[in-house]
Amino acid sequence: MTLQDILIATAKIVAFVGLVLPMIAYSVVAERRISAAIQDRIGPNRVGPFGLLQPLADGLKFLLKEDFTPNYVRKAYFWMAPALTMIPSFVVFAVIPFGSSLFGEKMVIADLNVGILFTFAIVSLSVYGIVLAGYASNSKYPFLGGIRSSAQMISYEIAMGMSVIPVFMLTSDPQFYATGLSEAWTTFLAGTADLNLSRIIAYQSGSLFDWMIFKQPLAFLIFLVAAFAETNRLPFDLPESETELVAGYHTEYSSMKFALFFLGEYAAMIAASALMVVLFLGGWTLPFWGLDEPASNLFTGLLHIAIFIGKLGIFMVFFIWIRWTLPRFRYDQLMNLGWKRFLPLALANIIVTAVWLWFRS
Amino acid sequence: MIVERKELSFLEKTYLPGIAQGIKITARHFFDTVSGRKKVTMQYPEEKWTVPEGYRGAPYLVKDQEGRTKCVSCQLCEFICPPKAIKITPPGPEVRDELGGVEKGPEDFEINMLRCIFCGLCQEVCPEEAIFLMKDYSLTGQSREEMIYHKDKLLELGGVHNDTIMKWKKKDEEARQQASFH
Repeated sequence: MTLQDILIATAKIVAFVGLVLPMIAYSVVAERRISAAIQDRIGPNRVGPFGLLQPLADGLKFLLKEDFTPNYVRKAYFWMAPALTMIPSFVVFAVIPFGSSLFGEKMVIADLNVGILFTFAIVSLSVYGIVLAGYASNSKYPFLGGIRSSAQMISYEIAMGMSVIPVFMLTSDPQFYATGLSEAWTTFLAGTADLNLSRIIAYQSGSLFDWMIFKQPLAFLIFLVAAFAETNRLPFDLPESETELVAGYHTEYSSMKFALFFLGEYAAMIAASALMVVLFLGGWTLPFWGLDEPASNLFTGLLHIAIFIGKLGIFMVFFIWIRWTLPRFRYDQLMNLGWKRFLPLALANIIVTAVWLWFRS
Repeated sequence: MIVERKELSFLEKTYLPGIAQGIKITARHFFDTVSGRKKVTMQYPEEKWTVPEGYRGAPYLVKDQEGRTKCVSCQLCEFICPPKAIKITPPGPEVRDELGGVEKGPEDFEINMLRCIFCGLCQEVCPEEAIFLMKDYSLTGQSREEMIYHKDKLLELGGVHNDTIMKWKKKDEEARQQASFH
């Protein structure tokens, strides 16, 4: 790795974090405004035009609040937990291709050939932050929240992992990459292997019905629901459940440490949405106006990033929408759904896809 | 009573129709609110509601059309005030000419707006029609002291109330005539 590589990677990281942090801040505003509209209210509209400067006020509030540590907590873990929830959500972004290319550089921070495996490895780390918060707080409600989250996240991890296997079974088609792609794509994908996330985008770039959401609707449904469970969003926010566990795992946290949990949740939502965009909605491509190929100039390069963010926004709104539509599941219903419904369905989906691929060949 | 549990169809058991229905309801509320078709919240400091007739707001003192303070510091309101929000300082024995030389107006009249419960008994009991509950409802201040309204402020906020009888004016004239008669 030369100095130039390091500089380029650093630039990408800075640019991407600069892109993601405001997105997190504004998804909080979006959540508050959309929830308000759904509940026939107006929502925060006082800070700046249309309340658009609300994140600044919120951030300032979190920074200036007293950072209180109860004296009965396990201090080291108590301090570690918020960071551990925040970091995995950010690390996931490293392998997400958020645009085609700008100045001949691929718009992905780390173009790993095991992209999806890396994602799953990191996503499963995020359970530690919550479990640790529950354990370190040394109090009833956080402890219950921590236990719930460990069971919930591990269960849905399995369904989530199983659900994407058919997607990769379809995309790891050597014939397609040998003949079915244009020259731009072939050069773009040079040196990548089957599990690289850019390849999945290439596979879906042909037409609208090449998108995995149409080819593997069941996989998409399972992945979507599992994503809700993984990010602890309603209807699966059992670790947090404000009504029964006060605030679950972050009951004892205040000020910036609480904010890290809060922002970590939104970062995880954005990461999950980004993953779904890449896996099921064709990533940064659109199947018309020549946007289905890697960019050759600056304008299309930027347009691809905009398309990616647009698709991401659809999922974010959907996440928020569902939160204010559905009530929380009961714990046994959650487990029932994860293990008895989604796991067999995902397995069946793998088998059906395998049979179909075998039949076709 | 036994509630019959409906046997759910396969489709209903998948939750999906229920979720779709829920999304439809929230979507309707969302678009109704965003398009402004349904309006429930008033943007308070910018928009204000019209105060209805007979509203019991803050009690203020009034003057008559000739600028005379109508209150004669009889202290009935002070005695009847349930939370003891009113405190009247009556004048001393010296005669003050600006009051017509006949009766005593208050030296000071304090209403503690933090104690006042806006019951209207002061207005009801006042024999001189000198105190009225007006339409002010959002009283603010930076300190407790500031929320105790004194005579000048109360009179300024109260304004003028038309008096058709002008009882004290007649008594004043009468008294002056008798004084010159001696």
